[in-house]
Amino acid sequence: MRIKQILIGLEIHIELKTKSKMFCGCSAESFGKEPNTLTCPVCLGLPGALPVPNKKAIEWAILLGLALNCQIPEESKFDRKNYFYPDLPKGYQISQYDKPFAICGWLKIKDKNENIKKIGIRRVHLEEDTAKSIHTMVNGEKVTLLDFDKSGIPLIEIVTEPDFNSVDEVLEFCKKIRQIVRYLEISDADLEKGQMRLEPTVNLLLEEEGREFFTPLVEIKNINSFRFLKRALEYEIERQFQEFSRSRVQKTSGNKTTRGFDENKMTTFEQRHKEEAEEYRYFPEPDIPPFRISEKLMSNVKCQMSNVELPEAKEKRFLEKYDLNDSQVEILTEEKELANYFEECVGCGKDEGANPQEIANVIVNKRIDFKDLSPTEFVRKIGESKSKFTLTESEIASLVDGTIKENPQVVDAIKKGKTQAIGFLTGQVQEKAKGAADPRKVQSILREKLDLSEKTKGAADFNKT
Amino acid sequence: MNLNELTVIEAIRGLKERKFSTLELVKDCLERIKKLDSKIKAFVTVCEKEALEEVRGIGDDVPSGIRPLLGIPFAIKDNFCTEGIKTTASSKVLENYFPVYDATVVKRLKSAGAVIIGKTNMDAWAHGSSTETSDFFTTKNPWDFTRLPGGSSGGSAAAIAADMAVGAIGSETAGSIRQPAAWCGVVGLKPTYGRVSRYGVIAMASSTDSPGSLTKSVEDAALILNILAGKDESDATTSSKPVLDYLRGIRGSRGIRGIRIGVPKEYFVKGIKEEVKTKTLEAIEVFKNLGAKIREISLLEPKYSVAVYTILQRSEVSSNLARYDGIRYGNERSYFGDEAKKRIVMGTYTLSAGYYDQYYLKAQKVRTLICQDFEEAFKKVDLIIGPTSPSTALPIGASKDSVMFGELQDILVEPSALAGLPAINLCSGFSKEILPTGVQIIGPHFSEELILKVGYAYEQTTEWHKRKPKL
Repeated sequence: MRIKQILIGLEIHIELKTKSKMFCGCSAESFGKEPNTLTCPVCLGLPGALPVPNKKAIEWAILLGLALNCQIPEESKFDRKNYFYPDLPKGYQISQYDKPFAICGWLKIKDKNENIKKIGIRRVHLEEDTAKSIHTMVNGEKVTLLDFDKSGIPLIEIVTEPDFNSVDEVLEFCKKIRQIVRYLEISDADLEKGQMRLEPTVNLLLEEEGREFFTPLVEIKNINSFRFLKRALEYEIERQFQEFSRSRVQKTSGNKTTRGFDENKMTTFEQRHKEEAEEYRYFPEPDIPPFRISEKLMSNVKCQMSNVELPEAKEKRFLEKYDLNDSQVEILTEEKELANYFEECVGCGKDEGANPQEIANVIVNKRIDFKDLSPTEFVRKIGESKSKFTLTESEIASLVDGTIKENPQVVDAIKKGKTQAIGFLTGQVQEKAKGAADPRKVQSILREKLDLSEKTKGAADFNKT
Repeated sequence: MNLNELTVIEAIRGLKERKFSTLELVKDCLERIKKLDSKIKAFVTVCEKEALEEVRGIGDDVPSGIRPLLGIPFAIKDNFCTEGIKTTASSKVLENYFPVYDATVVKRLKSAGAVIIGKTNMDAWAHGSSTETSDFFTTKNPWDFTRLPGGSSGGSAAAIAADMAVGAIGSETAGSIRQPAAWCGVVGLKPTYGRVSRYGVIAMASSTDSPGSLTKSVEDAALILNILAGKDESDATTSSKPVLDYLRGIRGSRGIRGIRIGVPKEYFVKGIKEEVKTKTLEAIEVFKNLGAKIREISLLEPKYSVAVYTILQRSEVSSNLARYDGIRYGNERSYFGDEAKKRIVMGTYTLSAGYYDQYYLKAQKVRTLICQDFEEAFKKVDLIIGPTSPSTALPIGASKDSVMFGELQDILVEPSALAGLPAINLCSGFSKEILPTGVQIIGPHFSEELILKVGYAYEQTTEWHKRKPKL
């Protein structure tokens, strides 16, 4: 028996960073706040309280829909998803059932052969977050505390088609989604803070003697990092293979299960049986009239969209405009802030004689710590560093020769494997050069002279030791 | 005359002319409550202390400008949240619940200067038409203590009929204002769905809940609507249509000559008490004499509305009552009474996978047909008139053996409630047993002004509304 195909679909939840919550005026900036200080009758689910939808959140849901190449249906509505849980104050979550804000989109990723692959996006909808349960001890008693600061924060749910056929594809897609929502500035999508939550659904197509079998669907919850996502999927794929070999149970319409991810054991464990199948009694939320997405709203969102250059477009432009290589562009565009910084540096680099390739090089290789530098300062530093190293290679080479001669024991030690001592020699050379030698050049010449270039790692790594 | 017998308009006039003080007015109401409410049981909570404190704050001020209701004593149905005043919806689940905020209706009344003197009894969670499903006690009809006041706003209707308050607030999902108003012989105005904010009203069926008033006169209803109506940023279903000056509208009216009033023949079929029918026909005759053009029309059989309403209401109730889990406030779910439990179970069923299409979705489709039916009718007539309730007040205990008691009592009000239409109950006379009969006038969406105008014209020509029970 062999795995013919891995099949994975994703549900991704993303908390929007709107100022206020989804259905009330409470602040949505709940992280790190005193528990239960950002609440009101609406997000506490008090009797008589009513939801009023956050227009910004709706605009952002549509914005994300457009960024993910979705169709935006003219009509949309909210529905109630009814279930009991202590963190759900109304006994239902306001969500969207059959008329989400965005449907039928796609996002391109690269598969393992570097071919472009389109991942289908079934829907993008909007809902409210639940409260936070804190399981703890109070006065020696095991209790669950509830913090409603998070209750009602706008939550986007992205549902993909089961188009992923490898763990790497899933990871790449998730990273792209995170990058896009950050570019759109609609969420910080910090996984550790729970601003982005990943719920893959996995099964396998197995083949044995020409016959094919599908293993039962498994949804995995509680994943809060990309590392855990990778581990959970790898574990689950192996587990399903083993499980099927033993039980021969195939997928049916009713045997989907939910498994949690255990961070300590790095394994998945069963949470919910099919017997407790989902029954949410969805019905249209009567407190919120249905929406007709007006042309005005659409043109407003499209205008916002036209002001954002999405990662893919930016990458393409960087490649063409600045004559950089793929990996440089990838690093520079990973975060919008860095890409902007780069372009600002390019802008002021003209006056300082620093070209885009040089600037990209310095940023990518982190040759200068630019965190606290304005673009102008940064570019000036590049200029300085260039002018500082006035010694030619042959001048450096003669200084190196001198240093080697003066330190026979150190050279001996290095040749016996104590390569760290190269740092000492570099320092000696620099002292002679009074700082006018490019340290990179000093190193490479030293290595050459000591016949070490094969044995030791690259110059950049050497710097770190 | 005791001051508690005054209408809102009369009390305002008296206060303005300084014929009496706010304190005297409020005290007369509180004394009336003390004297009678042990028998009638209209109030779940009497706010004597809070009311007197309020009065002290008012001092010598009289109603004017932005405080047109200054010092007017109001009874509020106990499903309206009142900050710091116990609010139970007549359910044991909330028997000790003190809200942290005021319902928008309460907020608007308070900022207009009204004084809340108590919270009135109702069917628990507004599930019923009798107050018999109240988890605390049954309210008695002031016209006959052996009879029911109707419901669910039975406490507010009884409080007005017995002059224990000057004005009262109720809420209607399907009949809960009009039917008790009919049985207690008072004016009950159910505005268009979305005209008055539901924020802070303990939800029953969210898609039909409409706050309104129970009053001693049509003028009072118009004045109160002036204050309650309008867009509320806290209720997404409220309309931003401009609010008219309803009081000025009815007073400035030059009669109702030429207004077309339709009489749906389906509202006079079997099951209607003969006297109710006769009184309705007499009321129609009054309108005819006032110059209205009366014509017979045909509407969908009301029984379809009962089926639709039953499904939609139970579905919404099952979801609306889910928050009462006893975790954050109130008692846990075993405190629900039988009626609430029945409705939760049925609503859970009608929303369940596999049944949703068969019940909820189908009911919504029929609801659309009912709305269209009214739209068609309003192409031919301006208003529709008919009996409010098929009967006069029924004896205490009448609801106990009838599972569908509320729906049967409300058969003539459910279609218009489902369509979200505004309507008013007017007292059309009295039966041989001296029980009030009620006639209702239904209009198109946001036609409150016309409804009130016609009601006012009726009141000007009849004396029924002036009659008081002997207490």
